Amino acid sequence: MIAFTDVTKSYSVGTHALRGVSMQIEDGEFVFLVGPSGSGKSTIIKLITGELKPTTGTVHVNGYSLERIRKREIPYLRRTVGVVFQDFRLIESKTVYDNVAFVMRAVGAKEEQIRERVPYVLELVGLETKSRRHPNELSGGEQQRLAIARALVNNPSTIIADEPTGNLDPARSLEIMSLLQEINKLGTTLLVVTHQMDLVQQFGNRVIAINEGLVVSDGMEGQETNEE
Amino acid sequence: MKNNLGYLLKEGIRGIFLHGFMSFAAVCVTVACLLIVGSFSVLVYNVNIMVEDLNKTNEILVYIDSELPDAEAKSVGTQINQVVNVHKAEFVSREDALADFVEDHQGDEAFSGVEASDLRHRYKVTLTDNALMDQTVAELETIPGVAKINAAFELAEGFSTLQNVLHIASIAVITVLLVVSLLIISNTVKLAMYDRKDEIAIMKMVGATNAFIRLPFVVEGFILGMVGAALAFGVEWLMYNALIGRLAVVDTLKLFSFVPFTDLLTPMIVTFAAAGLFVGVVGSWTSIRKFMNV
Repeated sequence: MIAFTDVTKSYSVGTHALRGVSMQIEDGEFVFLVGPSGSGKSTIIKLITGELKPTTGTVHVNGYSLERIRKREIPYLRRTVGVVFQDFRLIESKTVYDNVAFVMRAVGAKEEQIRERVPYVLELVGLETKSRRHPNELSGGEQQRLAIARALVNNPSTIIADEPTGNLDPARSLEIMSLLQEINKLGTTLLVVTHQMDLVQQFGNRVIAINEGLVVSDGMEGQETNEE
Repeated sequence: MKNNLGYLLKEGIRGIFLHGFMSFAAVCVTVACLLIVGSFSVLVYNVNIMVEDLNKTNEILVYIDSELPDAEAKSVGTQINQVVNVHKAEFVSREDALADFVEDHQGDEAFSGVEASDLRHRYKVTLTDNALMDQTVAELETIPGVAKINAAFELAEGFSTLQNVLHIASIAVITVLLVVSLLIISNTVKLAMYDRKDEIAIMKMVGATNAFIRLPFVVEGFILGMVGAALAFGVEWLMYNALIGRLAVVDTLKLFSFVPFTDLLTPMIVTFAAAGLFVGVVGSWTSIRKFMNV
């Protein structure tokens, strides 16, 4: 579960990125977070992954209180949250298999577990035949699938996808969104950050809209509650 | 992490070849820095030994009472040798002293009438530590039968000062060289890390612990440091022997005496290995810290 309660975040340069955000995302939900550039979406992601601490208010993510989390606990928080980025952020020097496997190694998984789990996850995202390739040998859509496989492999309870279709054409975008929805059906909480409203409208999930550091609406697509 | 120890070691070794140019640069910088520090240390060590040898040639002349019979004059030597700081005491009879005197003043008519009976038996005494010449001379003066002592205090003091200055200067220069070397190596390692900052950021993002991220870099640093140290050691050895060989040809007066490199093997191996280890492990451990704050 992700819960923000009256969260503010100010940067030292004087920017007020969040100005009292409250929201709750239950386990197993599929939620879109939408808003224009500079609205505070990235700050919310960074708060969830422990890159930032809130200035005031409380943030709870999968059992961790982010306002008082210790540095050495952050890796363990991050293991409960898989992140998919717009620019994929894959390790070019590693093969498809190793890009996924190293995430399991990072959490101390045994080799036999890795040999069992990685092929399963690659099959789930449709990359089972490309496990020996390197990221630069894949198309944009395939690279994003690989990033999703990496986010998924440690079985996190939550996946955050930050503009996952920002670099893809409409057909590939739809494929990726469908894949994310399939993953959500397996029980993983999904938070998809996007500004592509056409995609949001096609899926009809809960949408939290944010603008200038405030939640301006929260509800199912087409029936959002205006919070202002 | 123990599940992945083999993997992390393998990653460390893989990193060396994967980032070949940076690895090469790090090894070259390590070799260059260790060579500079090593060469200077060896030079200082040799100069120090040469000064010590030179210092040992600074003899004290202990004159024996002329009324003492020859046999008793010779027995004074036993007591002289018992003084703690005395390195060697060599008896010179008045006849030998005259021979030396005549040789030194050949053709000088003013000394033509000098006879052995005008001179005294004496001992040429060398000290273990010339810095303690004052105390030693005072002790020698208390020995029965010793009439007079001639000692070059100023020269002894000069050598002592020279050694002290050399000691302080070498520590200062070696410290500066080490700090500069560490800064250069640290910057090279930082460049190597910068090359891989995205990889580190991804590792952090997926929940890798700091130890998991650091270990391959530390393994890499350790291997590069040791390779650098081994190469520097080999080059130092070759350079040193080449220098000694060249000096042996040029230095016909035998002014310089260098210790053979084989005599320096153990301290050199220990120093180079420790420096390589320190530079590799500490350099990579501290340099990576900057990239861990994600």
